[in-house]
Amino acid sequence: MQVNLKIRRYNPEREDGVYWQTYSLDVPSQFTVLDALMKIREEIDGSLALRCSCRSAICGSCSMRVDGHAKLACKTKLNVLTEEGGEISVEPMGNLPVIKDLVTDMQPFWDKVRQVEPWLQAEGPAPEREYRVPNEAMVHLTDVMNCIMCGACVSDCTVLEAELKYGKPYDQTFIAPAALAKAYRFVADPRDDQQRERLKKLSEPSGVYDCTHCFECVEVCPKGVAPMDRILKMRELAVEAGITDKAGVRHAKAAEQSIKASGRNYELTFYPKSVGLFNVKELLPAMPTGLAFVRKAGTRFLLPHKAENVQKIQRVFKKVGKRNKENPNTEGQA
Amino acid sequence: MPQHDVVVVGAGLAGMRAALEALDQGVDVAIISKVHPVRSHSAAAQGGINAAMGQEEGDNWEVHAFDTVKGSDYLGDQDAIELLCQEAGEHIIEMEHMGVIFNRDEEGYLARRGFGGASYARTFFVADITGQAMLHVLYEQVLKHHQIKVYEEWFVTSLIMEDGRCAGVVALELLTGRLYPIRAKAVILATGGLGRVYEPSTNGLVCSGDGISLAYRAGAPVMDMEMVQYHPTTLKESGFLMSEAARGEGAYLTNSGGERFMQRYAPNKVELAARDVVSRAEQTEIDEGRGIDGCVLLDSRHLGKELIHSRLHQEYDIAMTYLGIDMVEQPVPVRPGVHYIMGGIKTDVDGAMNIAGLYAAGECACVSVHGGNRLGANSLLDTLVFGKRSGRHAADYAKSTPPAGESEAVITPDEGQIKALFERADNGERAPLLRTEMGRMMDEHVGIFREKKALAQAVDKLKEYRERFQRASLHDKGKVYNTDLMFVLEMGFLLDCADTIAASALAREESRGAHYRTDFPKRDDESWLKHTLCYYTPDGPRMDYLPVTITQWPPAERTY
Ligand SMILES: Cc1cc2nc3c(=O)[nH]c(=O)nc-3n(C[C@H](O)[C@H](O)[C@H](O)COP(=O)(O)OP(=O)(O)OC[C@H]3O[C@@H](n4cnc5c(N)ncnc54)[C@H](O)[C@@H]3O)c2cc1C
Ligand code: FES
Repeated sequence: MQVNLKIRRYNPEREDGVYWQTYSLDVPSQFTVLDALMKIREEIDGSLALRCSCRSAICGSCSMRVDGHAKLACKTKLNVLTEEGGEISVEPMGNLPVIKDLVTDMQPFWDKVRQVEPWLQAEGPAPEREYRVPNEAMVHLTDVMNCIMCGACVSDCTVLEAELKYGKPYDQTFIAPAALAKAYRFVADPRDDQQRERLKKLSEPSGVYDCTHCFECVEVCPKGVAPMDRILKMRELAVEAGITDKAGVRHAKAAEQSIKASGRNYELTFYPKSVGLFNVKELLPAMPTGLAFVRKAGTRFLLPHKAENVQKIQRVFKKVGKRNKENPNTEGQA
Repeated sequence: MPQHDVVVVGAGLAGMRAALEALDQGVDVAIISKVHPVRSHSAAAQGGINAAMGQEEGDNWEVHAFDTVKGSDYLGDQDAIELLCQEAGEHIIEMEHMGVIFNRDEEGYLARRGFGGASYARTFFVADITGQAMLHVLYEQVLKHHQIKVYEEWFVTSLIMEDGRCAGVVALELLTGRLYPIRAKAVILATGGLGRVYEPSTNGLVCSGDGISLAYRAGAPVMDMEMVQYHPTTLKESGFLMSEAARGEGAYLTNSGGERFMQRYAPNKVELAARDVVSRAEQTEIDEGRGIDGCVLLDSRHLGKELIHSRLHQEYDIAMTYLGIDMVEQPVPVRPGVHYIMGGIKTDVDGAMNIAGLYAAGECACVSVHGGNRLGANSLLDTLVFGKRSGRHAADYAKSTPPAGESEAVITPDEGQIKALFERADNGERAPLLRTEMGRMMDEHVGIFREKKALAQAVDKLKEYRERFQRASLHDKGKVYNTDLMFVLEMGFLLDCADTIAASALAREESRGAHYRTDFPKRDDESWLKHTLCYYTPDGPRMDYLPVTITQWPPAERTY
């Protein structure tokens, strides 16, 4: 098929700055974006820089933005994106500095991963053989282990995007979806003995409560890891573990009020309630996040409105409230 | 100038395992890798890793060792194979303790699946992402042990040889395009396979035999290079792998008549015979007109949706993404494709070779535990067992060795070569296209079925490619992240590897393991129960031979 690949180029050694270059190709229709890029690199223009290795969505090298969203180039077929004669745009991942063409600097990404101390921390002497653990307690973790650290979720994370816009550096902000999913893999591992410590740290600012549930990471993840779901699960686990003296928990309380009243998670009221309504120092930096969220999620979330089954939701709250009285540690969690 | 006690080239399973062990021995360690560690090709291993831990059922390390010896068509060294199988169990447990989330059985113990050529189900696995799961856990350990310096995206261009010993490496930092000498008392090569010598292959784009060529050029012999494994189930155009896990879970292979043809070739083991046997059977079916468009069918439909989704997820994804085929509903067309090199740099069981200070482990090494044919799930095991052993011995060696010299001049030859490339007009040979041409030629002439005339042609062709390679030129003349340059350097390595493969295959006048000569269709223990060695000379490989070590299993007929 005939396609036009419009590629965002950048070469730090040249004066041109950032520019777009379009290549017209005639390629088999089952070609992936990576196949097409390799054809360009091998036959037309060897100066095009990109990372790739496995070609089969397992090494995590080739994440880039294709038609505006982060994707693995090797897992994305041309004929799914466009028709004969169509145009496909290719640019480097977002939220990371660009080194050259489609190659981004992954250092901030790995710094965040390192920050969650991603290694098993078991106390006491290890057993002689394997740890004996029920399969069910472990097997769901393989879904998280599917993460190939490609960075797609970080590229398209709206919280990072907003923080960057506000001028925060690449590596000192929200821990972001990939590293948090990685953290979950240990938090939920029955062999790990640092669950509470981990959750405590993750409940600090920049941790699990900074996520705005925009779903972007779930959507772009090429391996079905669903980082946002893991983040929300860790909030739950943190509160269950009695880690309640955190801004994040005030956030959760705000959510509780919102849901009780309207049956909806009314995000825009959360943040002020979480950090304190008059906490200008914290609120100002968060403005772009809120706005980015609105841009992605659309205005349907802007106005509070009641869910149809709000009565049912209120009943759930009553039930949970009763249970929580018996177990005060879990207070505040719906 | 950077200096370390031990420098490990490669951050796949073998490299990281070696580095962790060397650190444990109390020396200063660095890892150099041309890609970020988790991008290493070990990530692609799907099926699993072997260890004979099912004592209750009658399995033990000796049965595992015998299966491996038989699988190797008696070309594996039995002392090394014994070690591999004896140490297997502790490595599985160690990986589990480090954090690998192996699948478990109902009782909460580690689960096992059957694999080709194995007498018992002894393959431990993480769904069908075993390599990825293990690679990420080893990387976690490297992060934890932050004393290990990682040179990420640095490309090793040559070894520093001084006074007949290896004293470090010369490496190109991709980010800046600068060459550096990195000094070390001991160097461990763990650079993986050379699948890119062939087209197509299951290997990633980075599998270009760099370490094999580096050691070969430095004067180390490479061994049994003719032993190239064709995996029975790969996709036709792309070469992507459909892991043996599918057959391990019970999938069938059928021909155009719907017949499970393996029943004819291997009545006992059927689809789970050794890989060389299955690949040859498939090729015979295809050649005799019982294939479908150059393929046979891998049929998993009877395994059911649930099993396919939970245990063969990666394979499901590959068939779906690249062929649009739903394995639950439809069989997948597959054919034999290049997958693994049994041969490699000749080492002893501690990773050492004939050059002091130089070690090798993993797919680039040939100990030899795989001989003429590697059993599925023995390679991951090989990376851990011999990665660890070479890490320990390299550290020991480094402790008793004075620091290496300090001359910066060691980078001059590589600098000169790169400068010459930059100065050449950009209208010469394109290395990537030359590679594809070479890959196709190798697949055709040095493939599953080989014979003298085609092999001799291959040797000549390679000479021609080498000449054309002298005219290779670059489009990219920049310093920063110049992958065009990297391809040219890799092509140089690939040519060395291809030369040794073709020469060794032409020399071995018998059929053994993966090496099948239609003009010599029988195994000939009398003349050929020996390893092939190749030494570098400017005029091409010089051949030599070495006896096979036999401890308790004298060669016998091999049937499955
Ligand atoms: C698709 C596939 C599936 C497989 N499945 C299985 C399986 O189920 N079970 C099994 O036992 N085996 C399997 N294998 C084989 C097994 O995965 C490999 O043999 C093994 O992982 C090799 O590991 P390694 O550490 O030797 O090399 P690799 O993991 O390939 O690592 C090589 C390292 O060397 C570095 N490197 C290379 N050249 C240079 C250079 N010039 N400078 C700097 N760094 C360099 C690379 O960056 C990389 O870090 C499979 C192989 C493939 C291709
Ligand atoms: S090339 Fe490995 S994920 Fe795309």
